[in-house]
Amino acid sequence: MEKTKIEIRDLDLFFGKKQALKNISLHIPEGKITALIGPSGCGKSTLLRCLNRMHDLNPQVKMSGIIQLDELNLLHGNTNPVHLRRRVGMVFQKANPFPKSIAENVAYGLKINNLCHKTQMATRVEKSLRDSFLWEEVKDELAESALTLSGGQQQRLCIARAIAVEPEIILLDEPCSALDPISTGKIEELMLKLRGRFTQVIVTHNMQQAQRVADYTAFMYLGELVEFGETKQIFENPQQDLTRNYVEGHFG
Amino acid sequence: MKRKIIQMLGLALMITATLLVVAILGVVLFDLSSKGAPSISWAFLTQSPKHGMTEGGILPAIFGTTAVTLLSTLLAMPLGIGCAVYLHEYAPDNTFSRLIRASIRNLAGVPSIVYGLFGVAIFVQFFGMGASVLAAGCTLGLLTLPSIITTTEEALRNVPRLTREGALALGATKWETIRTVVLPSAVPGILTGVILALSRGAGETAPILFTGVAFYTRYLPGSVMDEFMALPYHLYILSTQHHAIEQVRPLAYATALTLIGLVFMLNLTAFWVRAKYQHGKD
Repeated sequence: MEKTKIEIRDLDLFFGKKQALKNISLHIPEGKITALIGPSGCGKSTLLRCLNRMHDLNPQVKMSGIIQLDELNLLHGNTNPVHLRRRVGMVFQKANPFPKSIAENVAYGLKINNLCHKTQMATRVEKSLRDSFLWEEVKDELAESALTLSGGQQQRLCIARAIAVEPEIILLDEPCSALDPISTGKIEELMLKLRGRFTQVIVTHNMQQAQRVADYTAFMYLGELVEFGETKQIFENPQQDLTRNYVEGHFG
Repeated sequence: MKRKIIQMLGLALMITATLLVVAILGVVLFDLSSKGAPSISWAFLTQSPKHGMTEGGILPAIFGTTAVTLLSTLLAMPLGIGCAVYLHEYAPDNTFSRLIRASIRNLAGVPSIVYGLFGVAIFVQFFGMGASVLAAGCTLGLLTLPSIITTTEEALRNVPRLTREGALALGATKWETIRTVVLPSAVPGILTGVILALSRGAGETAPILFTGVAFYTRYLPGSVMDEFMALPYHLYILSTQHHAIEQVRPLAYATALTLIGLVFMLNLTAFWVRAKYQHGKD
């Protein structure tokens, strides 16, 4: 097994009185792509949003357990979610570029976190756009509004925006659910290119997608982690009947 | 068959209602234009009233209304937007904050003459501003405050949660998210609300009646502590308080037309702002 980047131990999460995550324990390996799969409502997005403390916005949410990112306990009261989110980037279900120019979108995280001197900004923006294979498509329209881009380009811009601040981890919450197959292919290609440099965790409904990109796969059901292992093993030789039924398409 | 007839009848009723409303507006506009337009000239817009307001123009009134409205916006906009941002982004959803919201909504329904009296008590007397542009601007600002707060809150509500989360996920603090992403996204909605509130304020007479408007001034106000003339009040005087009402009737119509033109221009600006910002948005 590889070096663990995030260790989740005995994680419980409640929305008010309803328990959404039940006693989850999971090791997410460094530099790899880990997929979270499972039917709608199984808690995979909820689990993902624990990893950058996105649930802080919702006062109804109560969490207990331990999430360890290297030496940092994420759920500890002293952990500053703002600092944490610089280390853990996120890409959302729907592309959500800011209503600003393409260059400003990429520069946003750098500016907010004071990570880059003004004179270096253009270089950093270009690098992030090159890294996300968007540069050739947008290099002549950097000052145009990001909202003029196509859906697939917007989503790659959101990835460029996330990697610009050089996070350690990128969380992807069904990043292709609103995209056509070609744009989806480009995002997957991008994820594979970024493997090694970042630890990636992707929530997906699409089992083919999990098989195409993920090194490891976790199957969740009704708030519980049913099975976790190498993607090949989960899909070809699942140890649990529930996992087998799901990956063979008997329910979902 | 019967259901079809009922359906047709319903449609006919609603079309009639719509046409009636449009017709009323059309008649008002036509009446005002036909009686007022002949008196409107460059001189009318750029001169002071002469010979006991039977001749000359309405420049002081145009200037006064513009100045007071601008001042009221300058005062009400930061207050209103600040209040809305606090209420929508920070205030917890509890009985107290709901009470504040309800009060603000009720404030919007308070008759404008009540604001006028309040303005006299607070600004003119208590703060010693006297009857002045400043006192009237403050009073008018109070009047427009509730609608600015309400529309700003509405505009903030319309900023998608995903946009906020995008900024937070990049390590922005709550305030940075609001300042750099939420407020810019809400600008069209906020500006539209502000301009509509402003255009309503521009036509108000009651709040400025005791707080600074003058029957007649020979000069434009030299500072915010001076009295001023205003279009709605000037119109009121020309149509009911003048010694030769019949003689100045055309001037009254022209004044009304100018006021409507001013308000119309403000509304047009709101429309333009909205269109400009919405371009390229989804």
